[in-house]
Amino acid sequence: MSALLGLPIAQVQIQERAGDSCIATNGFCPDWIADNFDRYVDPFFEHVFLTVVSVGIGFAIAFSLALLAHRLRWTFGPISAVTQVLYTVPSLAAFFLLQPITGRGNLTAIVALVAYTLFILFANITTGLQNVSDDVKDSARGMGLTDRQLLWRVELPLALPEIFAGLRIATTTTIGLATLAFFAGGGGLGAVIEQQLFFKSNVVVAGGLAVALAAVFDLLILGIQRLSMPWRRVQLAT
Amino acid sequence: MITLGFLGAFGDAIEFIFNERESVSGGVQIGGLGEMVDLSLTHILVSAVPMAAAVLLFLPLGLTLGHKNRGEFLAISVSNVGRAVPSLALLAFFLAYLGIGFTNVATVLFLLAIPPILTNTFVGVRQVDSSVVDAARGMGMSDLEIIRKVELPLALPTIFAGIRVATVAVVATATIAPLANVHTLGVPITEPQTYGTAGQLGAAILVAFVTLGADGLLRLVQRAMTPPGLRLSDDNSPEGKTRLTLGTLRRERTT
Repeated sequence: MSALLGLPIAQVQIQERAGDSCIATNGFCPDWIADNFDRYVDPFFEHVFLTVVSVGIGFAIAFSLALLAHRLRWTFGPISAVTQVLYTVPSLAAFFLLQPITGRGNLTAIVALVAYTLFILFANITTGLQNVSDDVKDSARGMGLTDRQLLWRVELPLALPEIFAGLRIATTTTIGLATLAFFAGGGGLGAVIEQQLFFKSNVVVAGGLAVALAAVFDLLILGIQRLSMPWRRVQLAT
Repeated sequence: MITLGFLGAFGDAIEFIFNERESVSGGVQIGGLGEMVDLSLTHILVSAVPMAAAVLLFLPLGLTLGHKNRGEFLAISVSNVGRAVPSLALLAFFLAYLGIGFTNVATVLFLLAIPPILTNTFVGVRQVDSSVVDAARGMGMSDLEIIRKVELPLALPTIFAGIRVATVAVVATATIAPLANVHTLGVPITEPQTYGTAGQLGAAILVAFVTLGADGLLRLVQRAMTPPGLRLSDDNSPEGKTRLTLGTLRRERTT
């Protein structure tokens, strides 16, 4: 097409098909976006899948580790150190470091993302448990609660703000990192960004969807937090 | 020449780092210490410049805002927004709208570094016990002295946690800088048709080392900057260490 640009007829044609000229000049093309939006649907849900699975598994592991560290205090140091190293190694590097072991695909991406969330979640859950005041624990014991009851009925509910804060950080961070999952052979919105890296419309839509996803998840978790802590709402109301 | 082939993929990758070889598509010599050191230096430079700029500009801002207890909304939400914007999307946005090159990549990395530094500095200062600040004021310290001698040292763990989070994000994102034609350690990662899987893995190993090295270096700096009297309350104790902060300030610690 560019070879014909000098000819008047070709110019008329291009003006008539405004959408095409928008793409040719690499502008921001609403028409193109409307026509091609369906190409973002699958990657979007793949992104959701990667995020939910990674944060879910990460939370299950971090929660178990946090309870372990809470019960056996000496395990806190080692667990903290290991998760911190996993957190420091960039997930982009981890995507490649894992490939000889787990191959290319979503599995590799998920393992790397899980490894990344562990420290965030572990640190927040343990901080939450740590922040429960001794007075509260003493009075719970005075009321005859066993260790298990103390943990599930007193300590964990009071640690919920920190736990939810950790979940929100882990989730939004994972959504951001999952855009790099295509390096591990996984899918998601990053793969679409990378396919047409210099095409403005594509970058804006795919990037915008990732940001929107992060915002929605953040609000969703915040909503669950509100619902799961009815005593907080009572406090706020009075 | 040491042959590490028996370690499989990792051996091949390590060999790639130390010894030159012919490229996958043929014709060019790739890998080897010379090229890897070159790529590493660019990687470190394109990470260090924006990190230094972000610390120099936003650490003082965070200290001031925290000291005056002003702009909490700004200081906290910048971090929430920053986390939600994927680094790849930010880089792609800059590439598509402003073009490629060192300056643009450095700008993206600078933007990535700001949120953790600003938020953690602010939160760190706010978490300093107000009675300690009152005591300092009672001793006749000026605002500047209080910031420098009281609030900054006490906020150091949180501040450095922010700087380290920012460093990890910046060094990691510098890996995709070759998409903007800046030759960092991401070159073998983004050009597998030339460098092969050994190159990708070798570069990933080096990226991990650079990150862990930068993190370790910052820990040493933190230790050196912490006054001896405060060193006992160092890392790895669960007591009130806030590395990652969100939304609201944490509850007061019970002492």
